[in-house]
Amino acid sequence: MLANDRVTLELRAGEVHALLGENGAGKTTLMNILYGLYRPDSGEILIRGVPTQIHSPRDAIAHGIGMVHQHFKLVFPHTVAENVALGLKRTPFWAPIRVVERKLRELSERYGLPVDPGSRVWELSAGEQQRVEILKALYRGAEILILDEPTSVLTPQEATELFKVLLRMKAEGHVVVFITHKLGEVMEVADRVTVMRRGRAVGTVAVAGTDKAELARMMVGREVVFRLSKGKCMPGEEALLVQDLWARNDRGLHAVRGVSLRVCRGEILGIAGVAGNGQRELVETITGLRRAERGRVVVLGRDLTNRSARAVADVGVAHIPEERLRMGIVPGMAVEDNLILKRHHRPPFSWGPFLRLREVRRFAQESIVGYDIMTPAARAPAKLLSGGNIQKLILARELSGEPGLIVAAHPTYGLDVGATEQVRRYLLGGREKGVGVLLVSEDLEEIMELSDRIAVMFRGEIMGVVPAAEANLEEIGLMMAGERRLAPQP
Amino acid sequence: MDWQSWLIGTVSRALAFGTPLLWGTLGEIYTERAGVVNLGVEGMMILGAFSAFAVAQTTGHPGLGVLIAAVVGGAAAVLHAFLTVTLRANQYVSGLALSLFGLGLAGLLGRGWEGIPLRQPLPNVTIPGLSRIPVLGPMLFQGQSVLTYAGLFLAVVLWVLLYRTRWGISVRSVGESPSTADALGVNVFLVRYLCVGFGGLLAGVAGGFLSVAYRPAWTEGMTAGMGWIVIALTIFAAWDPLQAVWGAFLFGGLYHLSFRLQEFVAPELLKLMPYAFAILVLALTGLGKARRRWGAPGALGLPYTRGER
Repeated sequence: MLANDRVTLELRAGEVHALLGENGAGKTTLMNILYGLYRPDSGEILIRGVPTQIHSPRDAIAHGIGMVHQHFKLVFPHTVAENVALGLKRTPFWAPIRVVERKLRELSERYGLPVDPGSRVWELSAGEQQRVEILKALYRGAEILILDEPTSVLTPQEATELFKVLLRMKAEGHVVVFITHKLGEVMEVADRVTVMRRGRAVGTVAVAGTDKAELARMMVGREVVFRLSKGKCMPGEEALLVQDLWARNDRGLHAVRGVSLRVCRGEILGIAGVAGNGQRELVETITGLRRAERGRVVVLGRDLTNRSARAVADVGVAHIPEERLRMGIVPGMAVEDNLILKRHHRPPFSWGPFLRLREVRRFAQESIVGYDIMTPAARAPAKLLSGGNIQKLILARELSGEPGLIVAAHPTYGLDVGATEQVRRYLLGGREKGVGVLLVSEDLEEIMELSDRIAVMFRGEIMGVVPAAEANLEEIGLMMAGERRLAPQP
Repeated sequence: MDWQSWLIGTVSRALAFGTPLLWGTLGEIYTERAGVVNLGVEGMMILGAFSAFAVAQTTGHPGLGVLIAAVVGGAAAVLHAFLTVTLRANQYVSGLALSLFGLGLAGLLGRGWEGIPLRQPLPNVTIPGLSRIPVLGPMLFQGQSVLTYAGLFLAVVLWVLLYRTRWGISVRSVGESPSTADALGVNVFLVRYLCVGFGGLLAGVAGGFLSVAYRPAWTEGMTAGMGWIVIALTIFAAWDPLQAVWGAFLFGGLYHLSFRLQEFVAPELLKLMPYAFAILVLALTGLGKARRRWGAPGALGLPYTRGER
């Protein structure tokens, strides 16, 4: 697929340059070319006016380009200093760590990036890990620093801290490229912004001479930013009740610590929070994939604590998992087989030990048409589908058979505008039909837009639950950073 | 027999028995630290044992035999690296194949050499001065092979290389997170080839030790499952060269005891002992909490492809 189509981008020394665009607009691809991870088909790169070939990250580093990837490239069991020292040529062969630690302290001081060189990376918060990534690039003499969606793992307060660092780097003469799809961040920190849409650079403007509305128009390509209409919430009976739930993560540490929640039928409860604060474990415990150590999970009036995933599904729980390819589908299996996965063992799809292929095909055809799944054929392997179509496949499967509760984890993550809109509409559609929805998302805007009530999770606990109509961003940000606002509701 | 000479004999033989285990384990530690499992240790050891014997017998130089054993072991390991690193074949299948292949090939080539004593074995050394210390002297410093001491020295050197040098950081990072290492300009493929090849080198020496020093003769299947103990020891040592030292000698002791106690306990049962212990060790290290603390390299067993995120 063509991800970048005749893009021109010009960066000036001493500026923060935002690269704005929707998911899939080609921002990351463009930067990966600059960092030597992908090779362009045509076009050229000039650094300080000199045409330059960049074949590998090593070339990029040599030309003073550094990149902080959205998913950190860190060796988690190693110390901060070891991570920085990796691949460095100019350190002494023996005991390189001592030299690195010394220089690291200087850099920390100079740019306001406090981090202990001796601590192990997995012990650090996401914000600190990001500082390590930035330090790693600065240590290598990066003059052009690319940050890919740097705020997606940060609380609003941590993001403010990051912006201060960026301004400091600007003052030192660096170029900072800031990839984002959030308009507010562009207005706050960038000097100029290049907007990308469907692989093309739509235009570059100075932030001082523009506003959010204009940028949104450039980004989406139409006048009005789409807003979904949402009917008034009329909560009915309880769809989900979670009481004092405790569960451990894969490392054996408590990740869910006494969570209590209630989701009514016809209501969307949004769970906000920085990733890694126990949301994944909470979802897995509710859907029967993880053992609860204490507490109760009651779905549609039935106690399902520590029952199997199949028992939970049979009661009428739809699960839209966060890792689509790993937990949502069997990638190598046909689309039609993936569509019946949850119900393949029951009529009408099975007859004793046999599958009733005619029913399977009929259901597949219905789903493909009904959910507008773009697939070469019903028998094609599901892995050939795009992210959006995989998500539609999952929705078609999960929403078939009249669920009473939908548990959706990051349902629109990485989808393009159209697919995002469609997924959100299905969730709202479920709500209208009286289904309870538990929505976990890192996208605060999504949470604010869809939820009736918002719960904020921090270090495995619920910091508070507020009605969406009364919620403001600052309050939620404080809760995301660990400030308790309300006593957890039963 | 009095307990003192019994103890001296046991410890001294534990060192001798533990030597091939130590060499093999040090090699497998480096292999796995770079993220590659090589289950072919048994095969590389037996190929090493045979080639060491053949070369020592024909040339009369046991040292040359061990050297050739190292080269042969290394070459077999590079084959494993080619299959698993370049072609991204399943590491477990390739390693098992290498073991079976090695055992078969050595058995075939060794037919005419079976049971002939080696005319010039690798001489044992006695360290002057130290060997005259009471008890400890005969235990540790009398009649041991040079390779025993060389193995100990190597363990220390490899530990320093792994934890205190630039190379060590690269090796460990390649095993934990190859994509990170790649993004910082480390040649993941080269590091993996070198570590796997080096592991084979040491496995070859381990085999050579058996046939030119420990029991200077060639017998088919003379490695007797030591290669599999090496795999267990690698985990037991938590991928740490220094911990491999006492692990190897502990297992060496168990091996020796399984011969020594034959008058009292059924020999079949005793022969099981090292393997039963290996199973126990694997079970214990596999348990939830211990597993995290022990911490296998994060990318162990996974082939690396650039561009996959």
